[in-house]
Amino acid sequence: MTLMRTTGAPWRLPRALGPAVVGAGLALFVGAPAAFAAGPTPAKGDVAWMAISTILVLAMSIPGLALFYGGLVRTKNMLSVLTQVFAIVCLAAMIWVCYGYSLAFTDGGSLNSFVGGFSKAFLAGITPESTAGTFSNGVVIPELIYMAFQMTFACITPALIVGAFAERVRFSALLVFVGLWLTFIYFPMAHMVWYWAGPDAVAAAARDLAAATTETAKAAAQARLDAVNADAGMLFKWGALDFAGGTVVHINAGIAGFVGCLMIGKRIGYGRELMAPHSLTMTMIGASLLWLGWFGFNAGSNLEATGGAALAFVNTFVATAAAALAWMFVEWAFKGKASLLGLVSGAVAGLVAITPAAGFAGPMGSIILGLVAGAICFFFCTTVKNAFGYDDTADVFGVHCIGGIVGAIATGVLVAPALGGVGLVDYATNPGTASPAAYVMATQVWAQIKAVLFTIVFSGVGSAILFKIVDLVIGLRVSVEEEREGLDIADHGERAYNY
Amino acid sequence: MKIVMAIIKPFKLEEVRDALTALGVHGLTVTEVRGYGRQRGHTEIYRGAEYAVSFLPKVKIEVAVPSAMVEATVEAIASAARTGQIGDGKIFVTSIEKALRIRTGETDEDAL
Repeated sequence: MTLMRTTGAPWRLPRALGPAVVGAGLALFVGAPAAFAAGPTPAKGDVAWMAISTILVLAMSIPGLALFYGGLVRTKNMLSVLTQVFAIVCLAAMIWVCYGYSLAFTDGGSLNSFVGGFSKAFLAGITPESTAGTFSNGVVIPELIYMAFQMTFACITPALIVGAFAERVRFSALLVFVGLWLTFIYFPMAHMVWYWAGPDAVAAAARDLAAATTETAKAAAQARLDAVNADAGMLFKWGALDFAGGTVVHINAGIAGFVGCLMIGKRIGYGRELMAPHSLTMTMIGASLLWLGWFGFNAGSNLEATGGAALAFVNTFVATAAAALAWMFVEWAFKGKASLLGLVSGAVAGLVAITPAAGFAGPMGSIILGLVAGAICFFFCTTVKNAFGYDDTADVFGVHCIGGIVGAIATGVLVAPALGGVGLVDYATNPGTASPAAYVMATQVWAQIKAVLFTIVFSGVGSAILFKIVDLVIGLRVSVEEEREGLDIADHGERAYNY
Repeated sequence: MKIVMAIIKPFKLEEVRDALTALGVHGLTVTEVRGYGRQRGHTEIYRGAEYAVSFLPKVKIEVAVPSAMVEATVEAIASAARTGQIGDGKIFVTSIEKALRIRTGETDEDAL
C-alpha cells in the first residue's frame, strides 16, 4: 500500500503499553503530509491470528449464541431461535460488505464524528494488498481480514437482541428491523467508538510538527495534527475506552432488546404458565461455545498477535470463571441451590463485562470485575426483573446491557497502572512509539460514564423509533394462535425435534 | 382375566419387573406418565422465574394376568414398589372381556 492512511484500527487502542486516547496526549507539531513511501507489510502471524479470531467470533453466533438462547425457550420455539440467529448472521454479513464496513470505518466528511461515508461501499478499492492499521506504529494487517473480523461483530450484535423477545416476534419483521438497526444504530455506534486515524497517521503528523522550523510551517503542521486527531468518532474523541465492544456490542444490543421486549409485550401466559427452558443441555453447550469464541472476540480485538492479545486472552479466561462462580454462590445463598443455568449465565455476564476491559485491565483486576458483574447481573435477572415484570426472555438486558455497563465503567478504573492495568498511551509525544500518557481516574471514569449514557440514549431511543416503524408497517408480533402453536410451525413450517 | 395397572415411582420399575418375572408373568407394558396425588410437587427456579411443578414423572405399567394370579401379582408389585414414602403410587385392577394373540389367533387365557 502506498501512503494509505489505513482506516484502521479503530477501537480501543491497546497494546503493550497500553492505550490511550489519542487525542489526549498529542499536541504539538506541524507538517506536511506524512511521508511514508512504502507502507509496512503485514506479518504472517498477525494475519493468521486475525483469521482464526474471525472464525472464533463467528462460532460465538452460530452455533454458540443460537444454542444458548435456543435452550432457554420452549420446545415449540427452539427452531425459530436457531433460524433467527442464523438468518441475522447471514443478513448482517451481506449488509456489512455492501455498505456497513464503509459506514463504520471510513471518513464520513462533515458527519465524521458520527458515521462514516460510502467511499468503500461494496468494498470499493479494497484489494488483497490493502492494509489496516493496528495499535502499533508500523504494524498493519490486510484490510480484508480486518473487514472480515469486524463483520463478525456486526453479525453477532443484532443476533444478541433476539433473546429479549424470543417466542413472540414475527420473523419477517425481525429481519427488517435488523437491517434498519444495523444501518442507523450499529454502524454509527461502531464508527463513533472505534474509528480513528490510526497510530501511523498520528505519528506522521507529529513528526512533521517536530520537523517544522518556521512559524508558518509549525502552524500548518499543528493544524494537520489537529486534523488527524479530529479524524475519529465522537466517543473515541471523548476518550472513552472500549477494547472489544462493551458499548458498541453489549450495551447497544442490550438496551435495544430491552426496548423491544417492552414494545412487543409479554409472552402469552407469562408469569402464569410454565415457561421453563426446554434444554439446559443446549444452553450449556451454547454458553461454552460463547466462551470459546470470545477469546477471538477479545484477544482478536488486539489486532495483532502480541502480548496485548495474550493479556486480553487471560483476562477473558479469568473474569469469566470468576463471574460464573459469583453467580453460582450468590444464587446458592439466596435461592438455596447452585444451578447450572446460574453458572453459565454468570459466565456470559463475565464475558460481557470483561469485553471493554479485556486489553486494559490486569488479570487480578479482571477477576474483581468478574465477581462484581456476576453478582450484579444476578440481581438484575432475578430481583429487578421480577419487580418490574418485563418479559426479557433470555435476559438480554440483565446480562448484556447491565454487564456491559459494569464493564464499561470499570474499564476506566481497571486501566490504572496502579491497579495492574496497562494505562493509556500517547502516539504523538515520541512519534513512532507508544508512550505512556497521563491517566486520571476520575477523568477516565467520567469519559466511560458519558459513553455509557450516550449509548443507552442513542440506541434506546433509536431502537424504539425503528421498532415502532416496523410495527406499523409489518407488525412485530405474531398472532395469538401462532404464538400458542409455536413459532417453529407458524413461521418456519418445521419442528426442531421429530421423535 | 384381569388387567393390573400400577402407577409407580420410575426408579422402582426394574424391581417390579424382576418380581413379576419371578412370579411367571410373561408380558408387561410400560408408559412414562406425569400426574399428581397426595405427593406435593416441587419448585424449579430458572434465573428469576420460579415454577411450581405439580405434575411429577411416574411410570405406568399394565399387565394382563389370569384371574387366579391377580392377588399374587398385586402383592408382588406392591411389595416391590413400596418405599414407604408418599408418592409410591397406586394399583388398579379391571376386568378383560376378551384377549387375542395376533400372531396365532389364540384367545383369552391362552393369549396371555
